[in-house]
Amino acid sequence: MSNDQPTRRIVPIGPYHPLQEEPEFFRLIVEGEKVVGLEIELGYNHRGHEYLAQRMTWDQVPFLVERICGICSNSHPFAYVMAAEDCGRIEVPERAKFIRTITHELERIHSHLLWVGLAGHFIGYNTVWMWAWKYREPVLDLFEMITGNRNHYAMNKIGGVRRDILPEQVPDIRKVLDLVEEKVKMLTAAVLDDPVIRARLENVGVLPRQDAIDLSVLGPTARASGVDIDVRRDEPHAAYDRVGWNVIVFPEGDVLAKAKVRLLETLESVKIVRACLDRMPDGPIEAKVEGIAPGEGIGRTEAPRGEVFHYVRSDGSNMPTRHKVRAPSFMNLISNEIAVKGYSIADAALCLAAVDPCYCCTERMAAFEDGKLRFDGKELLRLSVEKTERIRARMRK
Amino acid sequence: MQNAEPLVATGQAMTDITREFQRRFADSDVQEWNARRFYLAVERGRIVAAAEFLFREVGCRFSIATGIDTRDGFEILYHFSHDATGVVYTLKTLVPKDDVTIDSITPRVPAANWIERELRELMGIEFRGHPNLVPLLTSDTDWEPCDYPLRRDFDRTPHDKPKPWDKL
Repeated sequence: MSNDQPTRRIVPIGPYHPLQEEPEFFRLIVEGEKVVGLEIELGYNHRGHEYLAQRMTWDQVPFLVERICGICSNSHPFAYVMAAEDCGRIEVPERAKFIRTITHELERIHSHLLWVGLAGHFIGYNTVWMWAWKYREPVLDLFEMITGNRNHYAMNKIGGVRRDILPEQVPDIRKVLDLVEEKVKMLTAAVLDDPVIRARLENVGVLPRQDAIDLSVLGPTARASGVDIDVRRDEPHAAYDRVGWNVIVFPEGDVLAKAKVRLLETLESVKIVRACLDRMPDGPIEAKVEGIAPGEGIGRTEAPRGEVFHYVRSDGSNMPTRHKVRAPSFMNLISNEIAVKGYSIADAALCLAAVDPCYCCTERMAAFEDGKLRFDGKELLRLSVEKTERIRARMRK
Repeated sequence: MQNAEPLVATGQAMTDITREFQRRFADSDVQEWNARRFYLAVERGRIVAAAEFLFREVGCRFSIATGIDTRDGFEILYHFSHDATGVVYTLKTLVPKDDVTIDSITPRVPAANWIERELRELMGIEFRGHPNLVPLLTSDTDWEPCDYPLRRDFDRTPHDKPKPWDKL
């Protein structure tokens, strides 16, 4: 093997981890340490939800789509019931709109904290990981109190919500919000002021604005590339137009910008939940639904990872004739092909994770060269941690 | 090329976009479901021009495409989101069952890459001019390429055969 021609190797990442959603297979094409290309393969977890949904009644589908993802298990039923309501022209009572907003924002808080923790773990900052997950825990306890479940909340139904928020629960919710706000502020300051973390995240995995528009990426991935979109503001639904909040946008497009968007969004979510609790009107929590008239409907909402899009068509029977589901990662993942190019393998894990797909892949990675193990999940983590240590040592000098 | 220049100020854009659309695509049929949902039916042959108009000139974001197996043929819906006004414009076109092909919009709308691959493998619609029309979701080893689960005549019985792990 001569050294004057760079040799291209393939580093496979993935495909499966039984604990996380969305198993994917990434084929990193590398020249030495540098990533020059990426091929994505998916479908390992294709469960045929669209096929199944067309064989269920309108009321059963929310329980099915809730199980698409364990982290966004409010977003999918939320978007689906809005699609069905759009199709059947159903008006939802005011109080139900506020309750939907509260559960949706609590979900965003726990999802963003999960991502921050994992990102911290991956660059070797286990303190960030443990902090973030420690303060995520009370949010899950809140969910258990409000909905009866830590995950798969089963709150949404066509025409309203299934459970009310009782007045005696409100002080407990406020207490957790205060705690989360204080700790997220501390975490934001700690993460963003740390020179080592900045060095690891800044100018890494950049997704340029025009590519973000061409690939129609969504959510924090788009907003960190300077694309100012948020369905909660652009198409006001539920109670999002009754409360004041900001859309967080950063122009840089790197991993640091994505982290900033997520951390600051968590604080906005706290603000939204507080305002909803203040302004929640009394009244019924569901409308009477007599069936879905023939027609078609589109429902969309901003999940933690971006816009969730559901389309339904009704022929007037008790089942949807067509139900289309589009999760945000479907649009976001392909942007990795651009964001990961030109960076080192040590950064690849972080770049791939920056769109917040899932970590399953990296843990099961193994690369063989001449029959010998070269990289695996632990090795990738070690490379990443070592790079942090190098930067840390350099800064100490 | 930046494509987010709205044609007119927020608030009137939806009527102006549909009016401009009808002027350019004279044989199209524009239906308003409500103030935020418009369905624009075009001929199969003009789908690329219509998609390019919405994506590049109007500055819409490509949301997704849906395929539906109906009695008259395969309906394909391309959903475009106009984020400045919060309106979803859906292009509708019909592909006859005896010639299941349509021009791919991926060369003009890169975001449609994966969904066209998905529609092809789940519904059997051939997209002419797609750069990489290989299966996206179904199994490489355990699936007949001509078995389209989202078609009405899909027969699932062969897939219900006992699996090795049933005995565990």
